[in-house]
Amino acid sequence: MSSELFAAMTRSILDGEAEDAADLARQALAQGLDPLAAINQGYVPGIQQVGQEFSCGDAFLPELVMAGEAMKAAIAVLEPEMARQGVERSLEGRVVIGTVHGDIHDIGKTLVGTLLAAHGFEVHDLGVDVEVTRFVETARAVKADIVGLSALLTTTMVVQRDVIEALEDAGLRPSVRVMVGGAPVTRQWAAEIGAEGYSEDAAGAVQVARQLMAVA
Amino acid sequence: MMSKEILSISNPRLKLEILSDEDVQRLHTATLDVIANTGVRFPSKHALTIWEEHGAQVDHATQIVKAPGELIEAALQKAPPTYSLAARIPEQDLALDGDHVYVATDGCGVEIIDLDTGVRRTSRLSDVMEIARVADALPEIAFHWVPLSAQDRPPHTRGLHEILAIWNNSTKHAQTESIYSAAEATLAVEMASAIAGGKEALRQRPLLSLMQCTAPPLGQDGGSLDAALIGSQAGLPVGFMTMTASLTTAPATLAGNLVVGNAEVISALALIQLAYPGAPVFYAAAQTASDLRSGAYTGGGPEDFLFGAATNRLADFYHVPLSMGSFATGAKEPNWQAGLENSLSTFMACISMSDMLLGVGLLHGSRIWSYEQMLLDCEIFSIIHKMMAGIPVNDETIALEAIHAVGPGGNFLTQKHTRRHMRELWLPRFLDRRPYNIWEEQKDDGRDWARAKARQLRTEHQPMTLEPRLEKELNQMIRTLEA
Repeated sequence: MSSELFAAMTRSILDGEAEDAADLARQALAQGLDPLAAINQGYVPGIQQVGQEFSCGDAFLPELVMAGEAMKAAIAVLEPEMARQGVERSLEGRVVIGTVHGDIHDIGKTLVGTLLAAHGFEVHDLGVDVEVTRFVETARAVKADIVGLSALLTTTMVVQRDVIEALEDAGLRPSVRVMVGGAPVTRQWAAEIGAEGYSEDAAGAVQVARQLMAVA
Repeated sequence: MMSKEILSISNPRLKLEILSDEDVQRLHTATLDVIANTGVRFPSKHALTIWEEHGAQVDHATQIVKAPGELIEAALQKAPPTYSLAARIPEQDLALDGDHVYVATDGCGVEIIDLDTGVRRTSRLSDVMEIARVADALPEIAFHWVPLSAQDRPPHTRGLHEILAIWNNSTKHAQTESIYSAAEATLAVEMASAIAGGKEALRQRPLLSLMQCTAPPLGQDGGSLDAALIGSQAGLPVGFMTMTASLTTAPATLAGNLVVGNAEVISALALIQLAYPGAPVFYAAAQTASDLRSGAYTGGGPEDFLFGAATNRLADFYHVPLSMGSFATGAKEPNWQAGLENSLSTFMACISMSDMLLGVGLLHGSRIWSYEQMLLDCEIFSIIHKMMAGIPVNDETIALEAIHAVGPGGNFLTQKHTRRHMRELWLPRFLDRRPYNIWEEQKDDGRDWARAKARQLRTEHQPMTLEPRLEKELNQMIRTLEA
């Protein structure tokens, strides 16, 4: 019975059907299934398969993002029950992500957030035009392992440095690693401002985040 | 002294029907549907007030404006169909009259392959000066964009240092895509006025134009809107560029992409016309498709080439000039990919007579400046310039007399007709037509020659600089914002 349900959950992720994924999560709760088992045996195999297909070039970015959204929808349904039972799913790490103050570019940052969430990170997406202090406050509040800073303008790139300095002033470094990205951002810039992680694209950002967690 | 000649395409003989009249009408109708029913975000108090005064539906919480089609159409009709971009010397003014294609430098990159060391490094103000000087010497380059970000200057005045660097190293028109705050725009207008000889003189001869980016999908940037409104108030030509990317910020389908970008651009142009009826505006675009695997900006590919040709149909429909993204290869070096992408994108934008092409010199999706690529791009434009002239057929070009005179088995080298017309044949500067053994001895190619040429121009070309007193005055104006 539950194995059929797990298979359907896997399918919903592979198909990127967020509504199906959420419906199946509700069914699981109604049947009294363990929410962690639903995640680990139902949904995670789906996201792993999509991730594998993506890395060998058989799946495309929209499929990966849709799978990630479906995963998010399912977990949102299961989370209250997990909280009630006092259990937590195993996380790759906690990430606070946002586009820095003065900059409203959204898409790259959102993509990185979605892919990180799909790969087992807990992601707190603060949106765009995020004040320096909000990064610091949120990083402290959620006990972030990683802060991700996006900037698409040469004039707002400098704010990435401001955030890093503010994290230092708040005493949150070195427990918080910083990743930077955005079209004008280069590896050299990342090194100059003391950011530990840099990736030119979203798929690469997942690998960088994993590496940062490994050395943490 | 170099020639002040500017090479532009005019009287084209090649044509391409990429969209039918019916297609364009359908794209327009869909665009108005989007603006009226879903709306476009205008995150600027100034802009929202203007929309509200003209009866558009404004949601102050979301900053989304929904405007009826009639309002947009009536506003766009006030835009002047033709005008000129003024240069510091009138013989370099550019007529945006629908019958000229002009090329600029690309912008705004963040790194440069150093012309002396060949090493990639962060860009600085001296690069902007040197590129402007080389561009001043090249007839293929009709006007400037800010090619690189002057990262050794403060972010809030960087845009002003950049335009001053261009004005002081070239007489050609400057169009900046790097001023996006009200404070900088206000000072840029004052600086341009000082060069033009007053506010009214600047209005008559706008030495500066502003290009602002939209924020796809269906959004604008607040600072950019405020800067554009200040520019328009002063009579500077102002354009809005969409860079919608299929898959990420636009539908996967190309027609859907055109609709999203069109909604962004024409809503912004309508805003300017509502605020300042009759102000010179232009359409600008560099639509693309995100890479299916990485989501990355590609800087080339068949979709980009189609957009390059299609967008001028839209700009023509609205009777405004177009500034079209072409060149801008995704290649990391001046290589076969760069040659392929920049040739096709520029050809497609030229065949539909886009008024302005942006632009030469950048690699890796407009991020890394290469002088070699700059010169090679100019060569590409000169090839397309020749092609666009087509094959004129008349008594003189049919050359019957010469053909009869030579007859079977002779040659045309000694004919007077040949001497009259031989200089119409195109000559390469950077294509290798040497014997194989010469190449084998040297193993050099167009890249090496382009680099040598750029070095020579940078050293030898003496541009007409600003009067030292004026330059000092302009620098002091910038300093008021830095104090």
